[in-house]
Amino acid sequence: MTTTSDIPSFPFDKTPMEPPAEWAEFRDKCPVAKVRMPSGDEVSVLSRYSDVREVLTDSRFTRDLSRPGAARLANTDDGGIFGRPSSSDVDISEGNGHRRWRRLLSGSFTMKKMEQWRPRIQAIADQLVDDMIAKGSPADLMADFGLPLPVAVICALLGAPAQDKDRFAEWSRISLTLTRYTQSDVDRARREFAMYVSALVEEKRANPGEDLLSELTQISDAEDGRLSHGELVQTGMGLLLAGHETTSNMIGKMTGLLLADREHYDAVIADPELIPGTVEEVLRMDTNAGIGIPRFITEDIEVGGCPVAKDTTLMMLLASANRDEHRFTEPDRFDPRRSNANQHLTFGAGPHFCLGQPLARVELQVALGTMARRLPGLALRDGADALPLRKGILGGGFENVWVRW
Amino acid sequence: MGALVSGLQVAVDQEVCCGSGLCALTAPAVFDQRDDGIVVALTTEPADADYDAVRAAAAACPTSAIHLME
Repeated sequence: MTTTSDIPSFPFDKTPMEPPAEWAEFRDKCPVAKVRMPSGDEVSVLSRYSDVREVLTDSRFTRDLSRPGAARLANTDDGGIFGRPSSSDVDISEGNGHRRWRRLLSGSFTMKKMEQWRPRIQAIADQLVDDMIAKGSPADLMADFGLPLPVAVICALLGAPAQDKDRFAEWSRISLTLTRYTQSDVDRARREFAMYVSALVEEKRANPGEDLLSELTQISDAEDGRLSHGELVQTGMGLLLAGHETTSNMIGKMTGLLLADREHYDAVIADPELIPGTVEEVLRMDTNAGIGIPRFITEDIEVGGCPVAKDTTLMMLLASANRDEHRFTEPDRFDPRRSNANQHLTFGAGPHFCLGQPLARVELQVALGTMARRLPGLALRDGADALPLRKGILGGGFENVWVRW
Repeated sequence: MGALVSGLQVAVDQEVCCGSGLCALTAPAVFDQRDDGIVVALTTEPADADYDAVRAAAAACPTSAIHLME
């Protein structure tokens, strides 16, 4: 009989650069494995590529963990961001409402649109590196480059004032708590964040600009069913949050990964054509991907030959799936020329596939290209094994990345 | 007659497409992204030279919206 103490705690312990041992073990022997969240609730983790992809692309199942019976992930009363119900005039999270919202937004994040942003992103990146070089070596690359680059870009894209970036960063971090903040921190951050974005919308209504929030405000004001006011505010919050907590962490992790074994960094310096492939392989091989993406299973199913009962909360281990030898040959080998590297699941799969993924890819390519061109002697000040892991937050990364050059 | 229709045929399910644009990047001769992000197949019968790219695009599609018929 399984006792409570037999169930491993999640997230698993890990070192800065290596995958947790559980990933390979579960892929091999236990494709649906019970773990215990910081809330005390049980979830089952999926670790194989085919299983993770199958469940993510199954539109029957939701990530809405506010439903009765769903697990709480975080130790806050609401169980974390996936457990927070939307207000009554917001219907963009699932099903037809989500489809309507995606159709409205996806045109603003096409590959072509994001490519048009590349020169501007490049100018921001060069300015940040200028400032970092002027301040002198060593520097915390997260504080001086990794965080400010995507933040400046999302602020420009949305039309939000970049000088308020520290407030967005704090609200975003608190919203994604696993164990780091209390329920009252979360309530306060959400209230302030919503009030801030509401005020910004008022400003866009009065003085529309050439930015996405102005465009969405006009669409919402048409009151034709495309986007309610509450949905507009939630979209603004969501885009600001995503602009802070994802690409910035990945810039830090990319730097750590490439400098831990600097032949990968030197290869990019020697041949900038390797930048896109290197970025894909960094995305695939990231071991600090955070807790994963949940799905609440609403009917009895079978996954990977194992029964999964109705009312189970499943957690997709995207980063484990990316190391599955059944999808990627020699999965633990870094290969910037890997032909199917972009089949990784780092941006998810299915109807909720990351909306901002084309922007993230351009930002990461620009970030890497700029570092390689401007800072060819870049090195980790304290070594890769000393990089401090960000803990207690749903997304993974490093607290800081001290570099010298 | 059979030999004439034995090539690779491609179709995009626009109801399922999430607008990632990965296919347009992988096989630009065969897929394009409309202004609203949704993908269109530029041809239903890609050239032999594009077969590998089309298969890679189908495998990378986040929503499995690309259907191939051999």
